[in-house]
Amino acid sequence: MTTAFAPADLADLLRRQFPDIEAEAGPGWVRVASGDLLRVFRFMRDDPDLDFVFLCSLTAVDRLDELEVVYHLQSLRLNHLAVIKVMTGRENPSLPSVSGVWYGAHLQEAEAYDLMGIRFEGHPNLRRIFLWEGFSGWPLRKDFRQLGEGAYNPGLPHFPKEGGARGVLAGPNWTLPAPGSTRAETDEK
Amino acid sequence: MTLSTEPFVVNIGPQHPSTHGVFRMRVMLDGERIIDADMVVGYLHRSLEKLAEERTYTQNIPFTDRMDYLSAMSNNLGYCMAVEKLAGIRVPERAEYLRVIMAELQRVANHSMAIGTFINDCGAWQTPLMYMLAEREKILDLFEMTCGARLTCNYMRIGGVAFDIPDEFLPAANALLADLPGKIEGYERLLMENEILIARARGCGVIPRDLAINSSLSGPMLRGSGVAWDLRKADPYSVYDRMQFGVPVGENGDAYDRFLVRMEEMKQSTGIVRQALGDLPRGPSKVDVPLSIRPPIGEAYARVEAPKGELGYYVISDGGTAPYRFHVRAPSFINLSVLKEMVVGLTVADAIVAFGSIDIVLGEVDR
Amino acid sequence: MGLTLTAWYDLRDLGNPVNALLGWIGQWGPAWLVYIIAGAIGAAAIGAFLGFTMLGLIWIERRVIGRLQIRLGPNRVGPFGLLQPVADALKLMQKEALRPAGADKLLFLLPPVLIFIPVVLTFGVIPFGSAMTVANLNVGVLYIISIGSAAPILVFIAGWSSNNKYSLLGAMRVIAMAISYEIPMVLALLGTVLYAGTMNLNGIVGWQRAHGTLLILLQPLAAIIYFISASAELNRTPVDIAEAESELGAGYHTEYSGMRFGLFYAVELANGLAVSGILATLFLGGWWLYGLDRWIPNWLIFLSKMFLAYMLLVWTRGTLPRLRIDQLLAFAWKFLLPLALANIFLVGLEVLIWQQSGASAGLLFPIFGVANWVLAVALVVGYSKTYASRGLRRRTIRVVYDLGAQKPVELIGPS
Repeated sequence: MTTAFAPADLADLLRRQFPDIEAEAGPGWVRVASGDLLRVFRFMRDDPDLDFVFLCSLTAVDRLDELEVVYHLQSLRLNHLAVIKVMTGRENPSLPSVSGVWYGAHLQEAEAYDLMGIRFEGHPNLRRIFLWEGFSGWPLRKDFRQLGEGAYNPGLPHFPKEGGARGVLAGPNWTLPAPGSTRAETDEK
Repeated sequence: MTLSTEPFVVNIGPQHPSTHGVFRMRVMLDGERIIDADMVVGYLHRSLEKLAEERTYTQNIPFTDRMDYLSAMSNNLGYCMAVEKLAGIRVPERAEYLRVIMAELQRVANHSMAIGTFINDCGAWQTPLMYMLAEREKILDLFEMTCGARLTCNYMRIGGVAFDIPDEFLPAANALLADLPGKIEGYERLLMENEILIARARGCGVIPRDLAINSSLSGPMLRGSGVAWDLRKADPYSVYDRMQFGVPVGENGDAYDRFLVRMEEMKQSTGIVRQALGDLPRGPSKVDVPLSIRPPIGEAYARVEAPKGELGYYVISDGGTAPYRFHVRAPSFINLSVLKEMVVGLTVADAIVAFGSIDIVLGEVDR
Repeated sequence: MGLTLTAWYDLRDLGNPVNALLGWIGQWGPAWLVYIIAGAIGAAAIGAFLGFTMLGLIWIERRVIGRLQIRLGPNRVGPFGLLQPVADALKLMQKEALRPAGADKLLFLLPPVLIFIPVVLTFGVIPFGSAMTVANLNVGVLYIISIGSAAPILVFIAGWSSNNKYSLLGAMRVIAMAISYEIPMVLALLGTVLYAGTMNLNGIVGWQRAHGTLLILLQPLAAIIYFISASAELNRTPVDIAEAESELGAGYHTEYSGMRFGLFYAVELANGLAVSGILATLFLGGWWLYGLDRWIPNWLIFLSKMFLAYMLLVWTRGTLPRLRIDQLLAFAWKFLLPLALANIFLVGLEVLIWQQSGASAGLLFPIFGVANWVLAVALVVGYSKTYASRGLRRRTIRVVYDLGAQKPVELIGPS
């Protein structure tokens, strides 16, 4: 049975190993600062008592004020699991890439970049993998409007004669956001 | 005299008989050897993770069907487990056994398709594929009998399963289990010692063990490379801790080992189904759960051993009826991390065989 | 080597009415008229035969392979799906025959049209009956080999002119394969020529008839080598890498659509039939079968042998996976070629013994036959044991019942 490595113990261990980092233990997770990320992960992977050799999952979450990346780590030999969270700001979010520590992170980081806009420094090939090049905006963010954003307007409006210039997309009760008024960034990678 | 040559770039896909869907691999060829490879995915991206944030937890269950559309039952299982972990719901025993039965039958069906298409990629003009699909048809008949759908089953619910099995399920399942192991043995004998298959698949697409672990591979890819790791044994969920079964582990990490691992898994799965059918308890098949359930604020990461690998669901709840974040740890997507390492240095033909042995489904890769 | 009955109404050999007609024309007309009419009748006969047979071959291909794959083949169009090839032909004819923008204008259009020529010419020398050969050449075997070598050039033109990298890959593979498999094929056919002493196909059949033996009984190794090499020349699975559907889309005929693709497909099948015809003629006795041609028309005997051999081709197509190009070339050069050389050596030795000793064929041929069969089996089995992948067949998985007992996972070094 996979045990969850107690976050409090993990935070203590990390603080003992790197006295200058801030490791905050929450219910089921440990939060680390983005600058200490690589050191902490290398330690967690190489230390024989922790032995987190397997990165289960790398998830980007939009927490309204900031963006968060959640790492689920697993040790195969010791059969325990840990959750590490890192926060980064909404403007120019950037984190060090862990694809040097676990190679399996590189595709998941590309996905996080593509859908959330978080840049990973040191990533071998950061690009938009799901969406097409030239797509502007970060769709998985909470403030991404599904209509009216993006450089590509798929298809014609369904009923062009209804409701003005963009047809059904601009009805009588609401209007499209003015271009440039949302906080989505344009990025051409 | 040296010939002046230049490498050229070829697109394999997105329309290709062997890329298992709309997948594009740009390879730079020097003659027939691949010197660089890059993958382009996203042709099937349906933004399911974003769509799921606007639908209730129960409404998201059909989405999970459509991700890995060849093994819908496992997808449903993972998602329902994640939400049950969030909400603290205990599933009745009968439902757990039914879930295990369906998941293991789905494993057999999925591996039939995977092995069949793998040998199709090796070039055998669909004959073994047809043979393996014949078994899959019977399993899909069982699914249709139970939940009405063959492919996108939408069978599991939060708190149990949608419907209890009908009366004609048990005789049909027993009849299927009576001759399924024999058939699988037959296919193994037919295929395993085929000279051409060995010549094609042995040593093709080798992934060393350390690279496999470091690249977060899972499922038959990880086990084919020699790592004995199976979530059903390491982190047992549902009633797997009561089942006796073995986990095949390969040695070399080549395409042939993965093929053998999948064959053996099929056999073990029939054993599990037989045990589960024998021990099936009476009782309710579903706990009464409100249709728009509001789990307490929190997050849960639940994972199952899907036929393709470790399928994980990371669900964050903010107390509302819709999940705040719904992330799928898709095994096919992550198994593609090693595509470049696996394919560089091989010829095009070998690359197709190696790629076929990963067993990806584009619905899961792109979500 | 005529039949006992040669009246013009004797349909046991369709050459009889034709010869009677030509003789009648020769009585009042000039010689060149007879020649032209003979040629015209022959060409029309082959055209009609190929036309109908190719439809039948398409049906055989789809239906028989379907049955091999435990599914019904086409069974909607006509009884047992017999009109399916007609439907296929109509479908292909009404499709838009695209030409890629970058394709070479003339060279792109040539191959589908010209690729018919080698097939038709090959059928010209195959004896369908004792007097039913369109062109009774004295160098029949040499002619067949040289005409057959023209086909890969057209395939290469098709692949190269399509301006498509996949097609080019397929075309290159075809050239490599065609060259490699020519030599074992020629050596295999040479064995029969050595026995018969003539390259005339009718002469070889006559030799088999005169000595009461089918050449396959004397030369199993040559038959097998010819079968494999010829199917490699034809680009049929298991050696169809040129059009490897699961790898390259469709190889050299990727860019051809409509009836142009239909012509490629049909010619591939007709080529298969030609190879079966040669196999039936040289190894299975052609139109002769131990005196059965008294009661059954000899062209029927020949057609049944030809289709029997064709069934063998279809069977291997439906069953075996495909080899990689370098494995195929290695197979040709390292396995088939030595075997073919061994075969020639044996045959030469036997012919020498036969001619020098002056003993009767009835005494020596059974000995030769048995010896050849035993040696063929021994050579193939023995040689393949050294060449094949015995050691790789080990079942390299272990079933773990308790994960805790596994070897500890090694750590990966620092990055």
